[in-house]
Amino acid sequence: MDLRTDLALISEWIAEGSHLLDLGCGDGTLLAHLRDTRSVTGYGLEIDDENIALCLQARVNVIHTDLNQGLSDFADDSFDYVVMTQAIQTIHHPDKLLIEMLRVGRQGIVTFPNVGHWQARLSLFFGGVMPSSRALPSEWYHTENIHLCTLRDFEKLCDDLDIEVLQRAVVDRRHRTSSSMRLIPNLFGEIAIYRLRSKLVKKN
Amino acid sequence: MPDILAPDNVGLVTAQTHKFTTPLALDCGRSLPSYELIYETYGTLNEHHSNAILICHALSSDHHAAGYYSMQDKKPGWWDTCIGPGKPIDTNRFFVVSLNNLGGCKGSTGPKSINPDTNKPYGPDFPIVTVRDWVKSQARLADVLGISQWAAVIGGSLGGMQALQWAIDYPKHLRHCVVIAAAPKLTAQNIAFNEVARQAILSDPDFHTGHYYQQNTVPRRGLMLARMLGHITYLSDDAMRKKFGRELREGKINFGFEVEFQVESYLRYQGTSFVEHFDANTYLLMTKALDYFDPASEHNNNLSAALAKVAAKFLVISFTSDWRFSPSRSREIVKGLLHNKKNVSYAEIKAQEGHDAFLMPIPHYLRIFKNYMQQIEDEE
Repeated sequence: MDLRTDLALISEWIAEGSHLLDLGCGDGTLLAHLRDTRSVTGYGLEIDDENIALCLQARVNVIHTDLNQGLSDFADDSFDYVVMTQAIQTIHHPDKLLIEMLRVGRQGIVTFPNVGHWQARLSLFFGGVMPSSRALPSEWYHTENIHLCTLRDFEKLCDDLDIEVLQRAVVDRRHRTSSSMRLIPNLFGEIAIYRLRSKLVKKN
Repeated sequence: MPDILAPDNVGLVTAQTHKFTTPLALDCGRSLPSYELIYETYGTLNEHHSNAILICHALSSDHHAAGYYSMQDKKPGWWDTCIGPGKPIDTNRFFVVSLNNLGGCKGSTGPKSINPDTNKPYGPDFPIVTVRDWVKSQARLADVLGISQWAAVIGGSLGGMQALQWAIDYPKHLRHCVVIAAAPKLTAQNIAFNEVARQAILSDPDFHTGHYYQQNTVPRRGLMLARMLGHITYLSDDAMRKKFGRELREGKINFGFEVEFQVESYLRYQGTSFVEHFDANTYLLMTKALDYFDPASEHNNNLSAALAKVAAKFLVISFTSDWRFSPSRSREIVKGLLHNKKNVSYAEIKAQEGHDAFLMPIPHYLRIFKNYMQQIEDEE
C-alpha cells in the first residue's frame, strides 16, 4: 500500500498494540494500516458520508462525528494516541480541540500544512494574494482551511496551552525531508507533524 | 402485485410454526406453559451453521420480512428493501430467520390465542412480555434451528432494542449486532405517546376490558386513533410538509369536521387499514414492552456497565429527521460501547423520512448497511 507521507511517518511513532483515536480519519487508511501492521485498535471519527462508507468497507470502526462538537463521548485517557492529520486547520476552535485530544489521549499527534512555507510567503509577499501551494490548493473563499498557521504559531499555542512537544518532523507534500527542512523547518517544511503531551496533571 | 419476481427478491415464501412445550418464565413473574412461534427463513443455512441472521421486528410488524406469499400479494414483506439476493442482508450468503414475537397477532402465541387453561382466547389475561422475554424465546428458536451463534442479530426501532438485549443477555451467541433507529430506553415523551395510544384503545366502548373477541366486536376507533397517533411520530415535520403540505382534498375548506386536508385523509386511511390486520390487545402489549425496555436499570442506570460484557461488534445507525428515536439516542448506545472499548461503528444518515426511514430505500443507508454486512461475509 502506498501510504501518504505524513501517515507513514506517524505510523512509525505508534507503539505496537496501542489504542488509537483518529480525528477526521478519511477513508480509514491509517487505522487499517496500523491494524494490519501494528495490531492497533481504535476508532476513526469522520463526518463525510462517502468516507464513512469507505471505512466500513475497510473494516475500520468509524463513528459519525462533527469534531466541532468536541469529544465529550470519550472518557479521560481512554486512548494511547489521538491523531489528527490535516484537519486541525478546518476546526472552529483548534485550541479547544487540542485540549480535548490530550484529555482523552495520553499523547496527541497532529499534522497540518505549514503556512510559513516559502511558497506561501512568496505568494503573499510578491503576489499580494492568499497563499496557495500544493499543500493548500483551494481558493480562499471556498477553502475548508479556516485556521491556518505556521510552525511558530502552532508552537506558541502549545506553549500557551501547557502542551509539551515530544517530537516534530517536517516533510514536503511527497513526504520527503531534506537538510534545508531540518535547518529552517518553518520556511522549508510543507507539512508539519507533531507528537504532543499535556503538561497538566489530569484529575483522575 | 408482482407480475414477475425481481432478481433481488427472495421470491415466494411460506411461514413455519414451532410449538414449544417447555414453560417460559417471564419477567412479570408469570410463565407460559407452552407457546408457538411463527417464523420465516430466507437463504440457506451453511454446513457450519455460521451464516444465520436473526431479524427482530418493530412495534407493528411480524415475521413476514421479505418476499411474497403469492403472486397476488400487493406488497412484499416489511423489510424487503434490505433482505434479498444482493441486498444488504444478502440471502445468497446468509440464512435469515424472522419471527413474530410472543404476544403478537400474526401466528405466534398472543392475546388472540386460546388459553389452554380456559379454552378461551387469552385476551387481556395474556401476560405482559418484555424485550428480555422475547430474546429468551428467540434463543429457544435458535436452539430448535441448530444455530448456536448468530452471524448477526439485526433490528430497527423496537427490533433494535431486541438486538441490543441479545448482545447483553447472550454475548457469546452473536458475532454482530446491528441496531437501527433505536434507543437504550424510552423518554418520558415516548412513554407519553404510548400512553395516549393505550388510552385510545382502553377507552373505546368496544374494548370490553380486552374481552372483545367474545363480543364479536373490535375496538376499531381506539386502535385507529392509536395508529394515527403513532404515524405522526413515525414521520417528520418535513416529510409531512412535503407529502401533504396544507393540500385540501376538495380544493376548498368546508367549515366542517369531515376530512378536508390531505393529511387527515392519509391518517384516517392508515388507521382504518391497520384495524383490519392488527389486534388491539397486541398493540397494548407491544407499547408496554417498549416502555419497560431499559437494560441500564439493572446496572444503577449506567448503560456502560450494562454493555460491559457484550462481545459482538456493533453497527449503530440513526436518521437525522427521526424525532421518535433521534440520533442522540443512538449515540447513547454508541457512547456506552466506546467506554467499554467495544468494536462499534456509527452512521447518522441524512434522511427526511423521520423514524420510518429505516424501512426506506435510502441509497447511503443501504450502502452503509451493505458495506458493514460485507465484512461479516468476509469472516466466513
